[in-house]
Amino acid sequence: MKRLNGRMLTVLSFGMAALFLVSIAIAGQAYAGSALETDFSRKNLAPCAQYLFGTDWLGRDMLVRTLTGLSMSIRIGLLAAGVSSALAFILGALAATMGKAVDSFITWCIDLVMGIPHILLLILISYALGRGFKGVVTGVALTHWTALARVIRGEVLQLKEAPYIKAAQKLGMGRLLIVWKHMVPHLFPQFLVGLIMMFPHAILHEASITFLGFGLPPEQPAIGIILSESMKHLAMGRWWLAVFPGLLLVLTVVLFDMAGESLRKLLAPGSAHR
Amino acid sequence: MKDHLLLIGKNVIRMFLLLFFVSAAAFVLVSVSPIDPLQANVGQAALGSMSQEQIEKLQAYWGVGVPPAERFFRWASDFFRGDMGVSLLYRQPVSKVIHIKLANSLWLMTIAWLLSGAAGFVLGVLSGLKKGSWLDKLIKGYSLLIASTPAFWLALMLLMIFAVRLKILPIGLSVPIGLEAGEVTVSDRICHAVLPAVTLSITGISNITLHTREKMIDIMESDYVLFAKARGESSRSIVKNHALRNVLLPALTLQFASVSEIFGGSVLVEQVFSYPGLGQAAVTAGLGSDVPLLLGITVISAAFVFGGNLIANILYGIIDPRIRKGGARA
Repeated sequence: MKRLNGRMLTVLSFGMAALFLVSIAIAGQAYAGSALETDFSRKNLAPCAQYLFGTDWLGRDMLVRTLTGLSMSIRIGLLAAGVSSALAFILGALAATMGKAVDSFITWCIDLVMGIPHILLLILISYALGRGFKGVVTGVALTHWTALARVIRGEVLQLKEAPYIKAAQKLGMGRLLIVWKHMVPHLFPQFLVGLIMMFPHAILHEASITFLGFGLPPEQPAIGIILSESMKHLAMGRWWLAVFPGLLLVLTVVLFDMAGESLRKLLAPGSAHR
Repeated sequence: MKDHLLLIGKNVIRMFLLLFFVSAAAFVLVSVSPIDPLQANVGQAALGSMSQEQIEKLQAYWGVGVPPAERFFRWASDFFRGDMGVSLLYRQPVSKVIHIKLANSLWLMTIAWLLSGAAGFVLGVLSGLKKGSWLDKLIKGYSLLIASTPAFWLALMLLMIFAVRLKILPIGLSVPIGLEAGEVTVSDRICHAVLPAVTLSITGISNITLHTREKMIDIMESDYVLFAKARGESSRSIVKNHALRNVLLPALTLQFASVSEIFGGSVLVEQVFSYPGLGQAAVTAGLGSDVPLLLGITVISAAFVFGGNLIANILYGIIDPRIRKGGARA
């Protein structure tokens, strides 16, 4: 077999990571019904061939529960990171183009959001919205936009001074046309990478806030719920309730990170053909 | 020097303004909440069996029905006079609750902050110096893996190994159960703080390691290091004279700016170890609708974060001679 070059390897690792994540999301969704199924004839089983992750004190299959929880996490992560990066793009671009007053207001907002520790702000926002799905998504979306907004703001500020933008202005192109034709294509790769790099954080924060009891309701098989329930059974030696769901969560986050990193390499002109 | 002081003064004023807005924002968030404090704490069943009079009394206690703006100004003006209100769950002044909890947390966070900062810096320098070696790969892999691991799961794993399996460290709390305050020894306290502090340190390391590593690689590829090599300086003296000084500055700034993350981590870790610190109090307050306590904790923690950033700014001026002299000239 011919040795693959760096670019092919990067494409391949991106594809594998994406494929794996999509299959977790779909598998979790497909088995969502049986994640809630209780069966007392099989409770507290340690991991075995039939139940790879074991079962809990209600006889629920932990593998199915974990998959369902993760697929929920992935969807929440996608939604929250999508909203958050759109927010970052709009606010960052506004700060850079709409003059000094808007700029200082938005910078002020960024400082404000960064000033409250993330977890605490998540607790506050989730509390404000009465907890549950809405609280988590809004909370994660409203806390993660700051860093990307700063990047976009800096980029646009630089772009505004770029010779080709100046030239376009002198040629009489309209503002909106310049933004659409010249700025958006330049910003898009950065935006995309920023978006994908946000997923892992979004997923981790969703799990954390649910773990603390401010997120998804306890009847939902979410990863944070699974882990917080497992805490009550740790002292009894039921280690599998915490180990495997956590490992799969870490794997998911690592894969998202990997996908983002390889995409960054592919999109950055400097390393695209290495 | 005078300009430098002016800059610090400006920063301090900015910090207090930001703090005011943080408290206002937190207040708005808390007051739009649809969660009924009576439902959350008393429960539907108990409410049903109460007389109208009792319910009204409770409503007055939890502050139901007072307009939010009025409540905020009442709260803020009391706050300025040093009165943070009374915690509704603990039934003690908020300042007293925060004082006790903060003392517990601070001890934990300081250890974790120092440990993770020092270890992260050393690992980052080593890794950047030996770029591409197995040591570098190991350190980088570790940092990336830890960055993807939720702090509370790591806490659960450590708890399981050291407290449940090996039984060498206690499962939770900050002091042994059933002892009077006077009988608690320092070694008891240390024993109970080991696991949470270690968890926090492990998770705190990755960020500073990765940044220091990047910076170190940049420096080792710079022209002045190349020139030093050409002059025949030994690697030891290059690291000591050129690299460390330049890499220390961003690392310090980063470490002071990471107060917010350490705080966030401590909320999760304290929850797992049932360690009675500020983070756990925040969760309890949030779940139990204890608005005064939640607001107090938010403001205090924001003050810590802004304080950390302020110190980073000031340190920058003191440590970096370029900024110091630049300030004097301007």
